[in-house]
Amino acid sequence: MAGANIKSGIATDTYAKERYWLLLPSWAVLLIFIVVPVAIMMVYSFLTKEFRGGVIWEFSMAAYDQFFFDRGLFGDEPAKIEWTYLNIYWRSIWQAGLATIFSLAIGFPTAYFIATRDAKVRPIWVFLITIPYWVNLLIRTVSMKFLLRDNGPLNSFLQMLEVIEEPLHIINTNLAVQLGLFYSYLPFMVLPIYAAIERYNFSLSEAAADLYASKWQTLRYVILPTVKPGVIAGCILVFVPSMGAFLAPDLLGGAKNFMIGSLIEEQFKGNAGNWPFGAAASMILLTMVLIILMVFSRQQSKAQEA
Amino acid sequence: MTDQHQAAIDVRNVVKKFGNFTALENVSLTIRDNEFFTLLGPSGCGKTTLLRSIAGFEQVTDGEIQLFGDDIADLPPNKRPINTVFQNYALFPHMSILENIMFGVEMRGNDKAVARTRAGEMLELVQLSQFAQRKPSQLSGGQQQRVALARALAPQPRVLLLDEPLSALDLKLRKAMQLELKAMQRETGITFIFVTHDQEEALTMSDRIAVMSDGKVQQLGGARDIYETPDNVFVADFIGETNLLKITVDQIIDGRAHCQLGGGHKLTCNEVQGIGVGTQVHLSVRPERLFLSTQPFEEESMAATVIENIYVGTDVQSIVQLNDGPKMTIRTQNSELGNKAVFDLGTNVFVSMEAGAARLLHG
Ligand SMILES: Nc1ncnc2c1ncn2[C@@H]1O[C@H](COP(=O)(O)OP(=O)(O)OP(=O)(O)O)[C@@H](O)[C@H]1O
Ligand SMILES: [Mg+2]
Repeated sequence: MAGANIKSGIATDTYAKERYWLLLPSWAVLLIFIVVPVAIMMVYSFLTKEFRGGVIWEFSMAAYDQFFFDRGLFGDEPAKIEWTYLNIYWRSIWQAGLATIFSLAIGFPTAYFIATRDAKVRPIWVFLITIPYWVNLLIRTVSMKFLLRDNGPLNSFLQMLEVIEEPLHIINTNLAVQLGLFYSYLPFMVLPIYAAIERYNFSLSEAAADLYASKWQTLRYVILPTVKPGVIAGCILVFVPSMGAFLAPDLLGGAKNFMIGSLIEEQFKGNAGNWPFGAAASMILLTMVLIILMVFSRQQSKAQEA
Repeated sequence: MTDQHQAAIDVRNVVKKFGNFTALENVSLTIRDNEFFTLLGPSGCGKTTLLRSIAGFEQVTDGEIQLFGDDIADLPPNKRPINTVFQNYALFPHMSILENIMFGVEMRGNDKAVARTRAGEMLELVQLSQFAQRKPSQLSGGQQQRVALARALAPQPRVLLLDEPLSALDLKLRKAMQLELKAMQRETGITFIFVTHDQEEALTMSDRIAVMSDGKVQQLGGARDIYETPDNVFVADFIGETNLLKITVDQIIDGRAHCQLGGGHKLTCNEVQGIGVGTQVHLSVRPERLFLSTQPFEEESMAATVIENIYVGTDVQSIVQLNDGPKMTIRTQNSELGNKAVFDLGTNVFVSMEAGAARLLHG
């Protein structure tokens, strides 16, 4: 019995003693760059705001109260649900969700295209996909704003071709935000899916065709399930930053299309800010993203077992 | 007319080029319905390419492939009633064994219940019922191979293509699977096109064999035809072992060719069409059809010296040096009787051959 135990333990126990030391750098990075900042934010969300930005070190639930409840202008009315921020969050979720679906719809065929090119030219395609991202996100978003303006190049071009008579009003609409988010995060969708498809064994597609599956059936029943981890990674990598994005909604969406990122950003800007409220809004965002991811992975593992 | 009806696959003058490399060079062959047909040839001769063309994964450059009398050039792979057992199995890794086998049945438009019943039958046939819920990665190579076979048979194709399906198996399992495959073909009545580069496998399993090399069919025939009456040097050399000797035809009398071997040795054998007097050709004679003796057995027995005896289990393989001539290999069966025909190294012996054993070859 003891012998069997030792034997089965060998593979994992080879570095038993050294393991903790070897993992130390990873733990340190996680601690310094994730745990500590989140902890700071958490602490700040429970402090009292100072009027010129900053905080007073006094415990307070005011930030969360402000987020969820409306107590009237002077704070003396009975508490009602505050819809302002919940609406912003709701809008952010569906904007990010839509941007994810949009990116997937374009990103998957793109990744598939690249992965099925000759091995020699694949790196060139990947390189081309990433080229725009060598330019700062702010500059790209501002350029996009310029491109989409009512009298910008896109409208002029379409008018010149006589496709349209009046300029399209794209700027300051949800569509503009979608375009901005899509453009900002597309490579995060393409690259993981590309990596997954590149590892995919295409003789499986031949086997499917051999067994009477049409192209769509092959995609649906064979390719997608096999490259699913890449698709999930891509969706998370687009969805999560889209939720918190503020450049695209700010610059392209205007005041009407406010998203969480902008709300949080405002709280830390200049004298008008409210640090505890910004921290609380961030904590709520973080909690929400975690819940969404957990529900998602729950369902994934359930589907896996079935 | 009836012959036409019997053809399952008719390959007509098929050419397949990859760039400027010709993988199939004017291949023509007819595969009959209910036949166990084998494509045999060395690595790179175009067996897989021909199979893939039949399955529809490659577009032929020229020529035509007919399936039961119809040109199938425009039929995509998923519309051809042909299934393949792939060389690397290509089982779907995310599906269970059962789902793998159900796949083709479902894709053919049957509902799940029908597919499940059919898959269950197939699992029973390949004796893997207890593994139905496992994933392919949890099976051994031999079991995966049987799953691949079951998956290809389940949708009841009219033609089954098997691309070296046994190459990954150990000798014992391989022999067992050979018999199983052969039995399965007989029971189902499905036309099997089997690819191998193992000549012994081809000889034991096939109704007919096409020997290929360099993108061409070298000979098509039954196992016995190919082994005993090879058409050319390539086939004689590739199938089994043979003594290939350069000779000159001296004269042809009454359909018998009288030939000169180096060192003044003489041989007669049956005339072969297209080989005339004075031409330098090859003569092939199988080692097991030669025998040794200390005295000349007949007029044409050739004097030689034993230079090597190799024990190979069932046989002893003797290599002799003809006096002033080439070397020859003789196989003697390892029995009480046969042992009397094996001689010590250095013994002066005479080599004789059974009547009709020698064959003149083109090329
Ligand atoms: N897609 C391709 N592009 C270029 N050349 C190819 C391609 N596929 C096959 N070939 C060439 O065609 C020839 C025949 O290949 P094929 O795969 O049919 O050989 P094979 O007889 O199946 O060999 P093996 O026994 O090794 O499987 C080879 O020389 C191979 O290099
Ligand atoms: Mg091959």
